[in-house]
Amino acid sequence: MNPADTLTEIAVPQSQQWVRGNLLTLEELNASEINIILDTARALKEVSTRSIKKVPALRGKVVVNLFFEDSTRTRTSFKLAAERMSADIVDFSVSTSSVSKGETLRDTARNLVAMGVDAIVIRHRSSGAPNLLSQLVECSVINAGDGSHEHPTQGLLDLYTIRETFVPRGKALSDLHVAIVGDVIHSRVARSNIWALSKLGAKITLVGPSTLCPDSFSRLGVTVSSDFDAVLPTVDVVNMLRVQFERITSAAFPSVREYSRYFGLDERRLKLCKPDVLVLHPGPMNRGLEITSPVADGPASAILRQVSNGLAVRMAVLYLCIGVSSLRRS
Amino acid sequence: MSQRQLLLLNGTIVDPARGIFAPGDVLIQDGHIAQVGTRIRDMAPEAAREDVAGCLVTPGLIDMHVHLREPGQEHKETIATGMAAAVAGGFTTICCMPNTVPALDNETQIEYVLTQAQREGTCRVLPFGAITKGRQGAELAEMQLMHDAGAIGFSDDGVGVASAAVMQKALSYVRMFDGLISQHCEEPTLSGGAMHAGITALRLGLGGISSASEELMIARDLLLNQRIGARYHVQHISTAGAVELIRRAKQQGQAVTAEVTPHHLLLTDESCGDYNTHYKMNPPLRSHADVEACLAGVADGTIDVLATDHAPHAAEEKELEFDRAPFGIVGLETALALYAEALVKTNQLNWLKLIGKLTAAPARVLKLHDSGSLAIGAPADITIIDPNKVWKIDPSRFRSKSRNTPFASRMVTGQVRMTFVAGRCVYQATD
Repeated sequence: MNPADTLTEIAVPQSQQWVRGNLLTLEELNASEINIILDTARALKEVSTRSIKKVPALRGKVVVNLFFEDSTRTRTSFKLAAERMSADIVDFSVSTSSVSKGETLRDTARNLVAMGVDAIVIRHRSSGAPNLLSQLVECSVINAGDGSHEHPTQGLLDLYTIRETFVPRGKALSDLHVAIVGDVIHSRVARSNIWALSKLGAKITLVGPSTLCPDSFSRLGVTVSSDFDAVLPTVDVVNMLRVQFERITSAAFPSVREYSRYFGLDERRLKLCKPDVLVLHPGPMNRGLEITSPVADGPASAILRQVSNGLAVRMAVLYLCIGVSSLRRS
Repeated sequence: MSQRQLLLLNGTIVDPARGIFAPGDVLIQDGHIAQVGTRIRDMAPEAAREDVAGCLVTPGLIDMHVHLREPGQEHKETIATGMAAAVAGGFTTICCMPNTVPALDNETQIEYVLTQAQREGTCRVLPFGAITKGRQGAELAEMQLMHDAGAIGFSDDGVGVASAAVMQKALSYVRMFDGLISQHCEEPTLSGGAMHAGITALRLGLGGISSASEELMIARDLLLNQRIGARYHVQHISTAGAVELIRRAKQQGQAVTAEVTPHHLLLTDESCGDYNTHYKMNPPLRSHADVEACLAGVADGTIDVLATDHAPHAAEEKELEFDRAPFGIVGLETALALYAEALVKTNQLNWLKLIGKLTAAPARVLKLHDSGSLAIGAPADITIIDPNKVWKIDPSRFRSKSRNTPFASRMVTGQVRMTFVAGRCVYQATD
């Protein structure tokens, strides 16, 4: 069956221009590739609103969720995305596999290939693990977050949410100023956001304590600040990062109290923003640390919309990397 | 008699210890250098003859920084395979580092390495002993016993001696028997990353090893040793700041020596950009400015010695995630050509000076009185080099047990053709 035919009822624009079998980073994508994914996601989002939430686009394809790090929400999102596209999806997580017995990524990968899978969705604590995996296997590799490197589908769903919010207001991404706030140095979400936003022309300011948001990031073409209050009135989007205690090797700030005083988003700070500011957070939140509950649950917040959009974006990525790209290969 | 005589004819004699770079012949007799000059061939009409026209005839190369992995990690390298790699690279004397498993931290271990090397017999192996027991940085190892058993110097290589107090004691202690301390300079509290702390690490989301980590330990050691005056050597220098610290110390008359590796003269941290673990080493590949500073340091004599830091690892170990893969690359079989590319091709050094930093200079640092020159009466450790031979680096042909090199398929110029140890030909190139 031709996957493209099964989607004729859903207009998937320009997807035939997609050539990649892998999604490893947003750094390596160009603006038009990013737009193809976002446009495909918009077309597929409608599927989730049907009573029967399924299209046969990836029927007969096998996707493995290979998660070396705990992540309930991303794993579930990929699982639902694959199921909505009618792919078979298998969970392969560390605790139930031989990985915990010291098996290398190479051996794990070869075993999966021997079982005949079409795509591996990988989450790994080591930066660059998906790049390594892609050199070891022939099937599609989709990065679901690697160490402090990238989290491409998170970057895409953030972008999707921003676009969905501002395009109806007559603003393009290139008209927007986005603040990415907090533990930037350990954040794969930040890096994917930086690449995606900058390729689409948005202005970016990174905000955080100098120990977690060093000036050297300016060499990636972004502005760096440690004065949150001064940045807030100028931005259209505030993307609050999770403080990743698990990746901070020595205390990078003196206390939670001091951190939230200077870099937490609370109601007072929200009032400094433009009235139509959009607040994002990749989750899971440290409520009361980087973001207070009234802000997280308030009208400016798109946090739950991010989750819904994440599903559509992941459907699009699976469709493009497995469906479209395998058509092209065959 | 004739069996024990060999004439190397028509080569260019390169003897940096005496500043000689001139056409001539060398007569080897009974394992020693009997004559060197232009009118010597009639002295030994019965001698076997080897025409080495177009080649440099140099003292056997000396590498004062090699990892042989035995005992404990024989899947990476053994003393025998490491020695085979050494002579294929033109090295007749190599110093092996004590970070084996267990560490070379007592006289029995030193004797073990010497015995194994002697049994193999192809080149000279001079083991370093650990500075501290188990390389743990806490208690001094039995350095004087190791010295008397034949340890050439002391190092905790792989890590630096983190405690200033322990380092002060070590410098003071080796002063008693004029021992050599060779330090891996890395302040651990500023380290712990997988590559140079620069923009590439920031982009890749990898932890960094800062330049300050290396420089801080060098500065500390220089300060400590100012009052002690032990023989102190800085291993594998990699940053501009480190070069400058050593340059200034030398200007102020302090006794300090330093070495560099080929990769720190040819590659930068940008090479790590696609997580290729063949570019993962410690010290890490640094910035362009650091490479320039290291080249300048070699050219002006701040950096005395050219070494390899030959660090074999099995293929499956290097095929890990970047942050989990081990540090280091093999170097013995590629060093000469890579140094020629970095230094001779760029006119930073001529061949005489280059060979000097691979022979006379390490002999001086190590106090090897019988090696590093073509003096009459010295053991005939000799390397024959074709300086114009163009060849392609092919790891599948390495004698080393490991193939971990970022230089695979690189076209290089300058090749070792023959290696003699004590007058015996231990290596001959086949093409």
